Amino acid sequence: MSTMNAQLPGVFYRRPTPDHAPFVEVGGKVEPGQTIALIEVMKTYNEVKADRSGTVSRILLDDGDEVEAGQGIVEVDEV
Amino acid sequence: MNGRGRILVANRGEIAVRVVRACHAAGHEAVAVYSDADKNARWVELADEAVHIGGSPAAKSYLNTDAILEAAKYSEVDAVHPGYGFLSENAAFARAVTAAGFTFVGPPPEVIELMGDKASARTAATAAGVPVVPGSRPVADTADALRAAEEIGYPILVKAAAGGGGRGIRPVRDRAQLEEVFAGACAEAQSAFGDGTAYLERALPGARHVEVQLLADDHGGMVHLFERDCSVQRRRQKLLEEAPAPDLPESTRRELGEAARLLGSHVGYRNAGTVEFLVAPDGGFYFIEMNTRVQVEHPITEAITGVDLVAEQLRVADGQRLSLSQESVSHRGAAVELRINAEDPDNDFTPTPGEITAFDQPGGPGVRVDTALTRGDRISPFYDSLIAKLVCWGSDRQQAYARAGQALREFRVEGVASTIPLHRRLVEDPELLAGPVHTTWLEERS
Repeated sequence: MSTMNAQLPGVFYRRPTPDHAPFVEVGGKVEPGQTIALIEVMKTYNEVKADRSGTVSRILLDDGDEVEAGQGIVEVDEV
Repeated sequence: MNGRGRILVANRGEIAVRVVRACHAAGHEAVAVYSDADKNARWVELADEAVHIGGSPAAKSYLNTDAILEAAKYSEVDAVHPGYGFLSENAAFARAVTAAGFTFVGPPPEVIELMGDKASARTAATAAGVPVVPGSRPVADTADALRAAEEIGYPILVKAAAGGGGRGIRPVRDRAQLEEVFAGACAEAQSAFGDGTAYLERALPGARHVEVQLLADDHGGMVHLFERDCSVQRRRQKLLEEAPAPDLPESTRRELGEAARLLGSHVGYRNAGTVEFLVAPDGGFYFIEMNTRVQVEHPITEAITGVDLVAEQLRVADGQRLSLSQESVSHRGAAVELRINAEDPDNDFTPTPGEITAFDQPGGPGVRVDTALTRGDRISPFYDSLIAKLVCWGSDRQQAYARAGQALREFRVEGVASTIPLHRRLVEDPELLAGPVHTTWLEERS
């Protein structure tokens, strides 16, 4: 198991807009480069991309939570 | 409030500081609100009392109507000043404030509602006899949009009815492009604003953004305080504003002011508001939208008229008459405002949160800095990137820009990137100094 971290401080979002489904769910597979979350920094939305492949085992934050740079956001079981 | 009241300042940053100052100068008490990130902020320190309203993300604090109403009740205020942004143009918020027994420092909720929806604002302007940009009613689908566009003529803009602040606007040059993008633009509007309604407007290449400041009271007083030119923009965000608008024919200036008053009277406007127009190269002007609140760039109007706009807002909310009339108000000299943002102009204006390690403000005659920051403060990632507004007045336009140049040389911000280097170049730019520029001037040259 390993953790993917936020590169930027800001507000965490799991989905592209409030009406959309989350980018990833627990049990879902991710590939490097895949968008897994958004972080809003001063009204600018930045995509968080997976840096490895694996299966999501835990999502550590909820929509609208504040996040620090370096904080863990998603845990994956690497393949 | 009977002259002396207690006012909740339902905002943050430099505008919260501005409103606290105005409250105190008018003999009112000011109650601040703050989120986790803003615990040690300047407006909290300056206010008579401060109430914590929630977590750092704006949705948990400054956009949380319940938390703000709770703070108003707890601190037993008479009135709520919404500032700009956040809930300032939210009719439901204004209604909730009023229903809870407080005075809302702004127009009545039904006026916010009417002017907040671009389509109904257009209809109101037309009914008031104020020219609007040639455009359509809301269009139902691509076929409907194509028919409407034929009547208006290309190039056009597809605009989200619920958009604002430059968001929800898509330029389209011809029929083929409209066919391709219309459905996507509606879907985007639906997800961004919860409302997929779109309408079309003629694009006006070479137009300037000129807006008129209005003030109105409950006793029939309706005064315009001349215009501001906000044509220096990037991605439809204003970067530099000046008043009066340079090289505007006196007849156009008079007509713009009168049009703004006509519209204000027609919709029963109260308190401070701004009527925005596009002025085409041929001198024709067209209403685009109305902002039903105090504007970021209001200080340049204060600089040329000597009128304290926030003080007038508080008078009006208190049921008093405006302290001025159309006959008594005049303007003198010129003023320019530069928005110093925590953005890196050399890196696509990427926002740069962080700690401010040096903060030396400029000074001298005609120089005003509105900011909530001091050295050691953090620019938080949760809110907008505004560090400070630098406002410079001169007895003429040339002196205003020269003072701005000197002030920018003195202004030192370290620890985060800022737009100061861009502004240093702008205030010495021969094209800008030579006369009016249009709204896409800055983007076309960089």
